[in-house]
Amino acid sequence: MTIADEGSGKPARTRRQIYEDGLRKRSLMIAGTSTVAVVLAIVLLVPLAPGWAAVKKSFFNWDVFSATFPKLLDAFLIDVMIFAWCAPAIAVLGLLIALARDVRNPALYPLRIFSAAFTDVFRGVPVVLTVYLIGFGIPGLGLPRPWNSPYIWGSLALILTYSAYVAEIFRSGIESIHPSQRAAAESLGLSRRDTMWYVILPQAVRRVVPANMNMLIALQKDVALLSFIGPVEIFRQAGVFKSLYANFTPYVGAAVIFLAITIPATRYADYLMAKQRRDRS
Amino acid sequence: MKLSLRDVQKTFGSNHVCKGISLDVQEGELVCLIGASGSGKSTFLRCINLLEPIDDGAVYLDGQDIAVPGLDPEPVRRRIGMVFQSYNLFPHMTAVENAMLAPRRVRGVSRDAIRPEVSALFERFGLGDRMEHYPDQLSGGQQQRVAIIRALAMRPEVMLFDEITSALDPQLVGEVLDVLLALKADGMTMVLATHEMGFAREAADKVCFLADGRIVEEGPPDVLFTAPKQPETQAFLERALK
Repeated sequence: MTIADEGSGKPARTRRQIYEDGLRKRSLMIAGTSTVAVVLAIVLLVPLAPGWAAVKKSFFNWDVFSATFPKLLDAFLIDVMIFAWCAPAIAVLGLLIALARDVRNPALYPLRIFSAAFTDVFRGVPVVLTVYLIGFGIPGLGLPRPWNSPYIWGSLALILTYSAYVAEIFRSGIESIHPSQRAAAESLGLSRRDTMWYVILPQAVRRVVPANMNMLIALQKDVALLSFIGPVEIFRQAGVFKSLYANFTPYVGAAVIFLAITIPATRYADYLMAKQRRDRS
Repeated sequence: MKLSLRDVQKTFGSNHVCKGISLDVQEGELVCLIGASGSGKSTFLRCINLLEPIDDGAVYLDGQDIAVPGLDPEPVRRRIGMVFQSYNLFPHMTAVENAMLAPRRVRGVSRDAIRPEVSALFERFGLGDRMEHYPDQLSGGQQQRVAIIRALAMRPEVMLFDEITSALDPQLVGEVLDVLLALKADGMTMVLATHEMGFAREAADKVCFLADGRIVEEGPPDVLFTAPKQPETQAFLERALK
């Protein structure tokens, strides 16, 4: 028996397609109903909490929000700036460290040791500690202006920490390339360096783009840690407003701004990751 | 003698893969290595172009020992092309870029200078319209032909083929074997590890049967296939030709 709709000219749907469409409709209904139920519960129940009026006034105050938000946006430009010069530096330093761990030349052995120690140390220390130690410690040597700027040393702290992670990501990418690629390159007479540069690295770097996107998102947030050593970026600016208005809403404003950047970026990273899985299967 | 191997020994840990293999290949000769999987054919081929450093023995190319420990393997590898079972094309480059990379980097020829020569190879082997394709846009047979072109672009004196048709669908095997026949007509010196008994029988000048890391028997195909002397060879051929 067929389900062909004779005469209508439409391609006939198979039994399987009809069954799957039914399933899809049903799960859509269930998902919709349960989402509405949960949202309603939150909207109705949370205001019943005894402290809600106070929380609403100090965290979700529209007047404070609209008064401080433009200034927070201005302050966020400083975060963007710090991010903009840290990210390329991290990419370069991370790649160099990843490559240094593979050098064969015995004269460069110290480099190999150094890069291994580097990744161990900077992955092992909390970022905020590194920011404090480098951000306060190095200017403490009595450097003249502008070399005592917290922007420089705070950025360096971020660059060092993130390079350590990114180096490990690059290294895992390099190791994920099948040895047969190296064999093919070497059988053509390519040198070790050319094999790495023209054959292994281009594939490895592409493969770790999604992982590195996640690092960029994390970096974007951690830029706020520099506020601890001076720069009046968005987090510190929000703190200033909090004291001024005796209200926490500026922190919510800052969170909104961060989310506006990180959510699209996260979605994009997920998209890249999914695309990569599709391409490889 | 173009290529001459003497008592080649290779172990991986406690696994003795090549237990003293000797082989002579004359200029323009096609030598086929046959034998069960794990008999040491692939490792032996990889020893010839020094992809695997040999533990003991010697490899002579034009009379010069190239397996001297400490000798730079790169200049030697330029003279010996190799094609692999799994093609091993560089997936991030187009077919033509795959073929031009080594001439550009190793021979120092510019893209413009090498392109006509490489294009001619693509045309000759029926891939003139596939040069700008990426490997994953090509069929297995096409990829393997690109891999052969990539090796030929270095103008090698000797070509090694490691079971290059084993990963192909049966209907694609012919187009790759045709390339080998064309190269043989050119006078290329070739060593081929293969399971294609029909091809070995028709095209080879010499066939070597390997088992357990040794050459058990070698000879011209019409002798080895019709009147093998060793019982091991007889047993293998009986199974392989069934």
